Amino acid sequence: MPDGGSTGIGVSVKRKEDYRFLVGEGNYTDDINRPNQTHTYMLRSSSAHAKFSIDTSKASKAKGVVKIFVGTDMEVGSIPCGWQVDSKDGTPMREPAHPPIAKDKVRYVGEIIAVIIAESLEDAKNAAELIDVNYNDIPVIIDMQDALDNSKGLVHDEIESNVCYDWELGDSEAVDKAISEAAHITSLDIRNNRLIPNAMETRSAIGDYEHATGQYTLYTTSQNPHVIRLLMGAFVLGLPEHKLRVIAPDVGGGFGSKIFHYAEEAIVTWASNKIRRPVKWTSDRSEAFISDAHGRDHVTSVKLALDKDGKFLALKVDTLANMGAYLSTFASSVPTYLYATLLAGTYTTPAIHCNVKSIFTNTVPVDAYRGAGRPEATYLIERIVDKAAREMGISQVEIRRKNFIPVDAFPYQTPVALQYDSGNYNATLDAALKKADYEGFAARKADSVKRGMLRGIGFSTYLEACGIAPSAVVGSLGARAGLFECAEVRVHPTGSVTVFTGSHSHGQGHETTFAQLVSEKLGISTDMVEISHGDTNNIPFGMGTYGSRSLAVGGEAIVKAMDKVIAKAKKIAAHVMEASADDIELNNGNFEIAGTDKSMSLADISLAAYVPHNYPHEELEPGLDEKAFYDPLNFTYPGGCHICEVEINPNTGEVKVEGMTAVDDVGKVINPMIVEGQIHGGLAQGIGQALLENAAYDSNGQLLSGSYMDYAMPRADNFVDFKVGNEVTLCTHNSLGVKGCGEVGAIGSPPAVINAVVDALSELGVEDISMPATSEKVWNAINQAKNKN
Amino acid sequence: MYELQYSKPSSVNDAVAEIKKSSDSKFLAGGMTLIPTLKARLSSADTLVDLKGANLSKISVSSSEITIGSMTRHCDVASSNDVKGSLPALAKLAGGIGDHMVRSCGTIGGSLANNDPAACYPSAALALDTTIVTNERSISAEDFFVGMFETALNENEIITEVKFQIPEKASYIKFPNPASRYAMVGVFVAKKASGVTVAVTGAGENGVFRCSEIEIALNSNFSTESLENIDISPDSLNSDIHASAAYRANLIKEMAKRALQEMI
Repeated sequence: MPDGGSTGIGVSVKRKEDYRFLVGEGNYTDDINRPNQTHTYMLRSSSAHAKFSIDTSKASKAKGVVKIFVGTDMEVGSIPCGWQVDSKDGTPMREPAHPPIAKDKVRYVGEIIAVIIAESLEDAKNAAELIDVNYNDIPVIIDMQDALDNSKGLVHDEIESNVCYDWELGDSEAVDKAISEAAHITSLDIRNNRLIPNAMETRSAIGDYEHATGQYTLYTTSQNPHVIRLLMGAFVLGLPEHKLRVIAPDVGGGFGSKIFHYAEEAIVTWASNKIRRPVKWTSDRSEAFISDAHGRDHVTSVKLALDKDGKFLALKVDTLANMGAYLSTFASSVPTYLYATLLAGTYTTPAIHCNVKSIFTNTVPVDAYRGAGRPEATYLIERIVDKAAREMGISQVEIRRKNFIPVDAFPYQTPVALQYDSGNYNATLDAALKKADYEGFAARKADSVKRGMLRGIGFSTYLEACGIAPSAVVGSLGARAGLFECAEVRVHPTGSVTVFTGSHSHGQGHETTFAQLVSEKLGISTDMVEISHGDTNNIPFGMGTYGSRSLAVGGEAIVKAMDKVIAKAKKIAAHVMEASADDIELNNGNFEIAGTDKSMSLADISLAAYVPHNYPHEELEPGLDEKAFYDPLNFTYPGGCHICEVEINPNTGEVKVEGMTAVDDVGKVINPMIVEGQIHGGLAQGIGQALLENAAYDSNGQLLSGSYMDYAMPRADNFVDFKVGNEVTLCTHNSLGVKGCGEVGAIGSPPAVINAVVDALSELGVEDISMPATSEKVWNAINQAKNKN
Repeated sequence: MYELQYSKPSSVNDAVAEIKKSSDSKFLAGGMTLIPTLKARLSSADTLVDLKGANLSKISVSSSEITIGSMTRHCDVASSNDVKGSLPALAKLAGGIGDHMVRSCGTIGGSLANNDPAACYPSAALALDTTIVTNERSISAEDFFVGMFETALNENEIITEVKFQIPEKASYIKFPNPASRYAMVGVFVAKKASGVTVAVTGAGENGVFRCSEIEIALNSNFSTESLENIDISPDSLNSDIHASAAYRANLIKEMAKRALQEMI
């Protein structure tokens, strides 16, 4: 008797994928070795901005060298950007050429200038040291303000400006009018610090060309193999889909950094044809720091207009967004459509205007990183709301309640394009206040004061838009791809199931969560379900994993395919049991004739489908294998409340996180344990951004935080036990009611942490502290405040 | 890593003989600095002469002195009942170096010979009138630390043991660099019959140093109050992306205060 109940929706099923990872038997790209494989070392620019010449003649003769390629050897298409943003004057964004190997000019430290292919990696590295590179340095553009003044130099000469686009969203006139008439204006200048993603597995790629068939295979550390096949195949190398297979096997984390099509993928694929041997490249950690796309890096001025009672009237935002030296795959969409559209947050602010200039600099390209645009939006909203409350003498909680979108206002149309479907922001706030023991804060603060310490509490009542996305909407916003998802549900003859999904799993636990959907719907245990992903030859199609879309889009596609399976199974059951399909009901995995004790299990039906001796051949094809594409009608809108409590040592500026509470509304929860894990991971990254992490460049364009000696990754002892909870409102436009949980932790938490730090320091007169709030920064702020008083 | 040879001699004499065979060979202690440096091709060697087989790992205690063999690992010092009993500050220092893996490989001799300006051990050595014994001679800690990554060791000279004088009381407090967890500032305070010595690591431009401002204050009045009004000069302290010299100067004072709180 099949029973899916114990592994269905809402159960914390242990992660099916973990066993192979825990025993060291995962299959990552670098674990793969092809017969007759060569090894590649990418020689990277040590100069941030230079014309250069290169001489590989000596290196080419070195031991073990198979071939060395430089930029002019590789005449292929430019690495494309997947999203076109038009400036407010209607002109398309400036899109400089992005060759996989730099030809005569380098634009950031880390850019590839030569590809050394050898019998071993050591041979390749040895040969690289014999390459003569002559750099003719050009003034370096690091600071975005410097970049705006084009007279200080151009990152790309051919586009005649360092500004990629000058874009706006919202009603500028209405905002200016509201600001001119408002009872109170709060202003804030904010920097959203540049981060380095630091996935546990570094990137790796193997190109494998089969001469006899003309077939290319690329093994790569990607979050979306089909997208890579499209971008690399169609735009860079000119390879048709049927001759290009992309495999993303086990992938050890991405956080967005493995969405993008990188030069190395095109290089190894192309080179494997040129040398007729497989070509492997694996990044080392130092290389990852200067070649994985970075995240965030915004400089923003924000103004909030309020009436005398603290009701928000208008929000005005001016942002400079760093693109780095080239446009990475999603770079242009992050500070625009994933950012400005979020500026209403959870509030009824009637007028909003946002202007964004995106800027080229001589730094590593910047692109989506966990949250992508939404953390930047949330940070400025939740910081300025806090500051306004303090200035107007309203409590941090009260000002939020006053301005929340009320429960009965959904669906709610914001002034910045989005229509929220559901939410209950007072519910998440109330639950979080309780979980964080807000009432006990005063006593805890008194205790801190007694010990000579400062204590603060900070809030973030955030909202995000994920589950990207409706193709029609993103298309109208400039996306050059659709953002649907595809799934195939194959019921095997004996009743076990394989699901083929375009949602790649690289830490999210899809192999468990998706199996639970099947368990719930078809009434079989998750042990009977295999989730297959990551191979363009196995999976019909896929748009991949990012923007917390796997369940809301990919999961829903699986449901759609299962609906088709069930409809067909009912017809088969009806035929075999000599009933009408309308009378067949699916209960606990049994297809029953309503009102009788006659039934068939899924296994009975699938056997009948694959051994179709007694089968309605006129009406149905044999087999039980269905495919569905799903394109949602709207984004999903998770939201919630994060509360952080910190204690600060005024003598050293050390900030200790004493409490971190997150009550999120991620919609229907399929696996509570996995959701909690996702929240924990997001909070860790959010606290990391707020207190520790910072990608720092010097004025010559050298990355100062280019290793773990200098880039401060958060560790367990930087945290406290997280208090996590959820308050559910269902998504109204997908059948599961799910919203997405992958990014909320990283989106909601940074402003809660910084608001807590500012709260602790506010009695000294400190109004702002920039991220990361290092101990020295806090100590300086305390000293400056003391000197002022 | 560049290609290299590896040898593991079974005595100090054999190790010296081995290293003399080529001009570019290096001793390998725990390898916690050298191996990553080699892997990143920032360093190279004809032969790595591993001292693990040279019988240099031991801990012994007398009434006045702790002697620790140069190849004794941090985890062994941290967990030694002898060290915990007679000089707990040293056990705590060793237990706070790096992470579990570093403590299970890294050695006291390797740490002292490398003289990383942010390493913990040099502060204890300087504060505790330590003698660094080598295969050639005995060197006082005062003479041993010459500058950043520089020591008085000759070419091919091997530290064999380290003799710490046991003080009346001691405490080591580290303010870790948030990224590397090395000492951004580490202060070792030792109270001895002859007076108070205070050694600071992580902060000095030339590596570990004695902090006379704090020593004078504590020799006249061994209390946290006596530190309240002293001013540590930021001159000749390090400035980097993690901490300015002025902030490090403040941390020296604050870590010294914490050390005192532990001792009183």
